[in-house]
Amino acid sequence: MTAEKLLTRNFGRADSHTLRAYLESGGYTAWQKAQALEPAAITEEVKQSNLRGLGGAGFPTGTKWSFIPKHHTGPVYLVINADEGEPGTFKDRYLLEREPHALIEGMLIAARAIRAAKGFVYIRGEYVEPWRRFSAAVKEAYDAGYLGRGLDVVVHRGAGAYICGEETGLISSLEGKKGWPKVKPPFPAIKGAFGMPTIVNNVETICHVPHIINRGAAWFASLGTKTQGGTRIFSVSGRVRKPGIYEASVAITLRALIYELAGGVAGNGRLKAVVPGGSSAAILRADEIDVTADVDGLRNAGTMAGSAGVIVMDETVSIPEALMVVARFYAHESCGQCTPCRESTGWIYQMTKRIVEGRGRKDDLDTILDVARRGAGTTICAFYDGAVGPYISYIEKFRAEFEALIPN
Amino acid sequence: MPRLTINGGEVEVPPGTNLIEAARKVGVEIPHYCYHPGLSVAGQCRLCMVDIEKTPRPTIACNTQAAEGMVVWTETDRVKETRRSVMEFHLINHPLDCPVCDQAGECWLQIYYMKHGLYEPRMMDEKVHKPKAVPLGPHVILDAERCILCSRCVRFCDEITGTGELGIFHRGDHSEIGLFPGRELANKYSGNVVDICPVGALTDRDFRFQVRVWYLDATKSVCPGCARGCNIDVHVNRRRPHHAEGRRVARLKPRVNADVNTWWICDAGRYGFTFVDDKTRLVTPSRRDGEAVTDVAWDQAVSAVAAALERAAPGEVAVVASAKMANEDLWALRRLLVHRGIRRVGFRIPPRVPGDEDAFLIKADKNPNSLGAELIGLEGNVRDLLAAARARQVKVLWIFGHDLFESALPEADVAAALRGAETVIFTGTSANATSERARWVLPAAAWVEREGTYTNFQGRVQRFRRAVEPLGQALAEWDILGRVLQALGAEATPPRAERWFRELAAAVPAFAGLTYQAIGDAGVMVTR
Repeated sequence: MTAEKLLTRNFGRADSHTLRAYLESGGYTAWQKAQALEPAAITEEVKQSNLRGLGGAGFPTGTKWSFIPKHHTGPVYLVINADEGEPGTFKDRYLLEREPHALIEGMLIAARAIRAAKGFVYIRGEYVEPWRRFSAAVKEAYDAGYLGRGLDVVVHRGAGAYICGEETGLISSLEGKKGWPKVKPPFPAIKGAFGMPTIVNNVETICHVPHIINRGAAWFASLGTKTQGGTRIFSVSGRVRKPGIYEASVAITLRALIYELAGGVAGNGRLKAVVPGGSSAAILRADEIDVTADVDGLRNAGTMAGSAGVIVMDETVSIPEALMVVARFYAHESCGQCTPCRESTGWIYQMTKRIVEGRGRKDDLDTILDVARRGAGTTICAFYDGAVGPYISYIEKFRAEFEALIPN
Repeated sequence: MPRLTINGGEVEVPPGTNLIEAARKVGVEIPHYCYHPGLSVAGQCRLCMVDIEKTPRPTIACNTQAAEGMVVWTETDRVKETRRSVMEFHLINHPLDCPVCDQAGECWLQIYYMKHGLYEPRMMDEKVHKPKAVPLGPHVILDAERCILCSRCVRFCDEITGTGELGIFHRGDHSEIGLFPGRELANKYSGNVVDICPVGALTDRDFRFQVRVWYLDATKSVCPGCARGCNIDVHVNRRRPHHAEGRRVARLKPRVNADVNTWWICDAGRYGFTFVDDKTRLVTPSRRDGEAVTDVAWDQAVSAVAAALERAAPGEVAVVASAKMANEDLWALRRLLVHRGIRRVGFRIPPRVPGDEDAFLIKADKNPNSLGAELIGLEGNVRDLLAAARARQVKVLWIFGHDLFESALPEADVAAALRGAETVIFTGTSANATSERARWVLPAAAWVEREGTYTNFQGRVQRFRRAVEPLGQALAEWDILGRVLQALGAEATPPRAERWFRELAAAVPAFAGLTYQAIGDAGVMVTR
């Protein structure tokens, strides 16, 4: 199930981040092609390719682009979300470090499609080397005349908040404000960065765009499932023999990904659970991994493809402890804006911590489930719904393990 | 104009109206914390959820604009359950220290818990601890543990005053309101954050621990602090007079008037009432002979003043009126001037320091009724009038309220004028350097102790009402002037402020047709 490599095809070259290496592998030819296309034709091609956002939400990319108001006369912005913060996800750092020109070329094409003259790349603050590599590539692209002739790119570094990866939190942060997600409507495509129509796309999503333009929507769509085209990079971590990034068709099964690409289960060798899409995705038991890893495949399995951060747990992993770690993360990273999220992430963390420490109370598990369900869907952004994924699924699927820790 | 249905009632609202405001129009209250009609929509508290038909889950009403044909339900089981949940979230880290909290009795956590919460508490863990009793500025003190992070105060300082002193710091359940480094909440409108704080997080340093709010009574009034005439409520403590060291006026709160002050008042006005219960108040008519001051009965003082006026020729009487007097007082004075044929009058005393003014509410003219005094015809040159007194051309000099020594007039000139007049009469609420040089002192009731109207700089005539009894024997100026007029043999004078206003409306074209009833709570414009 190892599809042709698109995003990672040059990763073997030590100089893959340079303009020379990128040009040698056919770089910037898609941009040449795109310059002859009408913006609407680019958007249409991307729609037909079934490219879906690879940052987490899986929204159809071409459809998102088409939301830019047709008659808007002021600036339009393209914002690249490189704030990769979803625990278990580390694909974008590789793309920024090893294929930065693919992002720049993708941005040129996307900016043409949405008629943006300025693009912002919001890079996670901890990503120092990716930021250096990408900034050097931006300079090369300016020097070579790709940038600065219709598109300017601003590289902006985040300061370490998970919530700044949420698209409107990112926009607030980019605007110089506290990284608080914004109430919607208005959506960013109508009123985004600095009050202007804005498209926010993930790094990997945009890196796919040159391939779609070069080889056609039909080809791209054929690489995946009926509803999602192409490949994606899976970040596989946890108890596997060969943790790392693996580019594969979105239609690969989790089993194939773990056993064929990542070398199988490490630890005691017996699989206990898999989190398929970053920490916000609901957990799957060992017997639930014969599903395709595309957006709809995993949605049908009751979880989500998210950012394709696949976290593998063998039987020696304590699920209550894992939930406590996840709960601590969400309590720490909640922006604090909406009451249900602000208050209950901390509360749920305290309860999970007590359970792990042997101080759990009989009704704690039901309280966690009830609180999580009550808070779900009541907040400005998807952060809390992301936290609810693990809260509910870890307990529902491994309840006995939690109960064993609670004193009678 | 979109037409929509809320809980089965149809309503038509202007485009852009949100569902909270639309619901108000049909008498439906949607509970909320962070939404405030005077501020931007934050959408943070998540309490104002409603069900909208064809929408999969409850939606926040504050950020949803009314749309044609929208069908809204605010009391479905799902909405009630969501509210209950949100109330629980708001309260799990709240200290529940109502017995020692000043907000108790007017706290929206209390009100909404009783209306929409009533769940069994199940938070058994340690609450998050935050700073308590932190002074933010001269008027406001913060208890961060009580705060529900609605961000109204932050938005007020960002959007209304533009001063941006406050922010929300940290994240998650450690988030807290605070001052930016090196800042102080000392803008000219800082007290408003206490009003808009729905809980006990921001309390008023002047008011706190003085009296429980349920002992207070509210009276509609107008701020006398400047020419804007912001609408206010006067909160008085009549039921627990032993609290707050006998202070009767507990606090002033803004009263909404879209045409005057919207939701806000300035700090100068808010805290400008302390003179009412101050030791400097004049409480009995008195007569001064050199250093000796003798309290006298009203009858005695009134007949002495009337006799002094009768002894002097009309040209030998000068009156310094005040634009702090109500329209009713000024009209009574005008009648007296006409009755005696007195021409020397004026009311504009140049302030020693020019009043501050901004582009929002505060006006440089610190008098509430300059336009009223002008329209009633009391304009005149005070410098000339005082010059005449210095030149011993004035036998009776009657000063209302002003301390002429606290003005831009040269002190020596003022002193010479007061010496130059044979009889100086002072009428005002409080003793000052001018009153101390008067032979006759006639104590006036403060604005909260009486009825009346002011005409603000826009020409809006606004009523203020009596909140407390006059201190001692103080009387409204119209009452004092009426008694003097009667002693001078004038026609019957009205026994109530409202009747004086009727006379004024009948006599002065600008006020034609106006009545107390027409003025109502929001005021009405004069004809110009």
